[in-house]
Amino acid sequence: MKLSRKHFRVLGVASVAGAMSLTMVTASGASSGGLAAGAKVNIGISLSLSGDFSADGLAFQQGYKLWASDVNKTGGLLGHQVNLVIKSDASSPTQVVTNYQALISSDHVNLTFGPFSSLLTLPAAKAVSRYGYAMVEGAGGAPSVFQAGLHNVFDVALPVANSLVPFANWVSSLPAASRPKSVAYVTSNDPFTQPQIPVAQAIMSKAGIKTVYNHVFPAEVTDFTPIADAVAAAKPDVVILGSTDVPTVSAFMQAFEQSGFSPKAFIATAGPDQGATFIKAVGAANADGVMVPNSWYGLAANPTSKKMVAEYIKLYGGTPAGVNGDVAEAYAVGQVVAAAVKATGGFVNSKIISYLHSGVSIPTVLGGAQFNSLGENPKMTAYTFQWQGTKGTSFVQVNPLGDPNTVKIVYPKPVWGK
Amino acid sequence: MNSTALLSAAKDGILTGSVYALMATGLTLIFGVMDIINVAQGILVILGAYLSYALQVHWHIDLFIGLLITIPAMFVVGIVIERLFLGRLKGPEKTAMSILVTYAVSLLIEGALNMIFSVNDVQLQGWYVNRAFAIGSVHFGYIYVAGFVLAVGLLSSLYFMLYRTRFGVSVRASLADQTSAALVGIDVKRVSTICFGIGVAVTAAGGMIYGATNSFNASTSYDLISRLLTIIVLGGMGSLGGAMLAGVGMVFIGDMVGVIWSPIWSSMSYFVVLAVVLLFRPQGLFGKQAVRVA
Repeated sequence: MKLSRKHFRVLGVASVAGAMSLTMVTASGASSGGLAAGAKVNIGISLSLSGDFSADGLAFQQGYKLWASDVNKTGGLLGHQVNLVIKSDASSPTQVVTNYQALISSDHVNLTFGPFSSLLTLPAAKAVSRYGYAMVEGAGGAPSVFQAGLHNVFDVALPVANSLVPFANWVSSLPAASRPKSVAYVTSNDPFTQPQIPVAQAIMSKAGIKTVYNHVFPAEVTDFTPIADAVAAAKPDVVILGSTDVPTVSAFMQAFEQSGFSPKAFIATAGPDQGATFIKAVGAANADGVMVPNSWYGLAANPTSKKMVAEYIKLYGGTPAGVNGDVAEAYAVGQVVAAAVKATGGFVNSKIISYLHSGVSIPTVLGGAQFNSLGENPKMTAYTFQWQGTKGTSFVQVNPLGDPNTVKIVYPKPVWGK
Repeated sequence: MNSTALLSAAKDGILTGSVYALMATGLTLIFGVMDIINVAQGILVILGAYLSYALQVHWHIDLFIGLLITIPAMFVVGIVIERLFLGRLKGPEKTAMSILVTYAVSLLIEGALNMIFSVNDVQLQGWYVNRAFAIGSVHFGYIYVAGFVLAVGLLSSLYFMLYRTRFGVSVRASLADQTSAALVGIDVKRVSTICFGIGVAVTAAGGMIYGATNSFNASTSYDLISRLLTIIVLGGMGSLGGAMLAGVGMVFIGDMVGVIWSPIWSSMSYFVVLAVVLLFRPQGLFGKQAVRVA
């Protein structure tokens, strides 16, 4: 029988309808929570294992795997062994969407964990929300993620906009004689870094600290020297760098050193938190005095954090100061989801979303995770950490002031390499 | 904006631009002789940087001395790639196919580098990497000056080879017309293989300087190749002089705009220039055809 164009059209519509019903059935089946005895619970994750965020992606993968290994050692989730299904998104906001769609509709994962960076979390959370899945994540704290009106996204880490507040408050509280007179703000064009700058600037301007440089640079810059030279030429006492990775910070530090410029205080929004990777790139002596805001560090007193750090070192080597903060954020994602699964008695995503919106506080390696209606974790404390000494082994908490674990801040920052 | 910032930007543009020019020259030489668009050039630059890194970390060999090993090594890598993958490409689709083949090569190398060195960023170190000297208020990083000298030296050697040696005559003849070159007895295939090797060999020097001035991992190659391709498009595909001028011009324009206006416009400004040039000269500043008849 020869098929006409009309037949093809009918056949096409029927196929699409069939595929859609199948997808709906499998999706609802996957989130029913009714796993067969002995079946594994599959958790879908897209991570940046190549591309701009690959170093962070790798650290997140380590954190997720460490959590899965710990859970499986203690019998898994509700008796089901955890199986992580990880796809690489090459740091692409387009690929991350494709990955989550495939994870849900083709791989039929039961749950999803978040990718790395706000840039990727927003499109990922939107894609996942269409299937009714919860997205618990540890690296999507930009305001743009929470302003999208999504109900399914939960960030275990600190909302980024307030990250620099303790640092800005500390600078502003210094006695007038030692207080910096000028500050430069230079930031990557990124949803993670940009929201942090105006908050810090408002606080420091109020304290009379003059802004002498304030510019945004494109995220794809490969040569930071002219920008760093322009900052150096403005001779600010403080430099606040909105960075997303180690290469950006190391390039600025190198250019500053070459131009003979050493600010009294230097803080970067990300990069110095990457432990050994940061030290390897900039050299231990240069790291002395460099600060970074974060919600966790390898020497945190939290007992579950200590246990995780010990396990991490046993597996990958290194020192507590060298453990990347991403590892803890990923691990905390697993802890939150495990608590939600346990509390709801299954893998039903709608129940998990409701549970996480209920205001319950869940202990994690980062501290308590308690989400507001937007999915932010606003009670998470913002800390400032500083590399101290010239051996690259001392990464200490220097803010907030008054916290029992806070040590004296090194100020002014030692001249590079001294 | 003050005069120090402006002078520093001009200095950065020229010094850094020369290194980009060196990397792009290899790319354009390969295209000029072989009609091959080598999109693996970015990952080869990073491979060159990793070779310097390995020599430094495992055998404590200085970065510049290490070039005596890495440049020949990269030449051999180029010959192997050409023999294994590119020498087989023939016919009218050769240029288009070369993009796919070299992309596949770049993925292979990227995967291997990620396995060997992991995705964590590294940077080449040396006593001169962070040091500088000052002339007036402008500071010159030793590594940038050394990179400039190295780039000028290697580009001069390349020019000497092309215009003062018998092999250079063969290369220029192949650049102009491969069929005619073959008719007068030039072994075009051999010339092509050696040119590919040379084009890849310069990435060892470019990669070393890049790795000493930036942290990198295998993924850094994507930013690099996009810049290198735009440089040779602006300069004119196959034009050595064009690649040099466009390499320095690209970084210089971006750096000056970054200081005078804002860094956010620095990349865009270059692409505006590129668009305007292509509007009036679709073949680029020194298009391939113009070079071949020169």
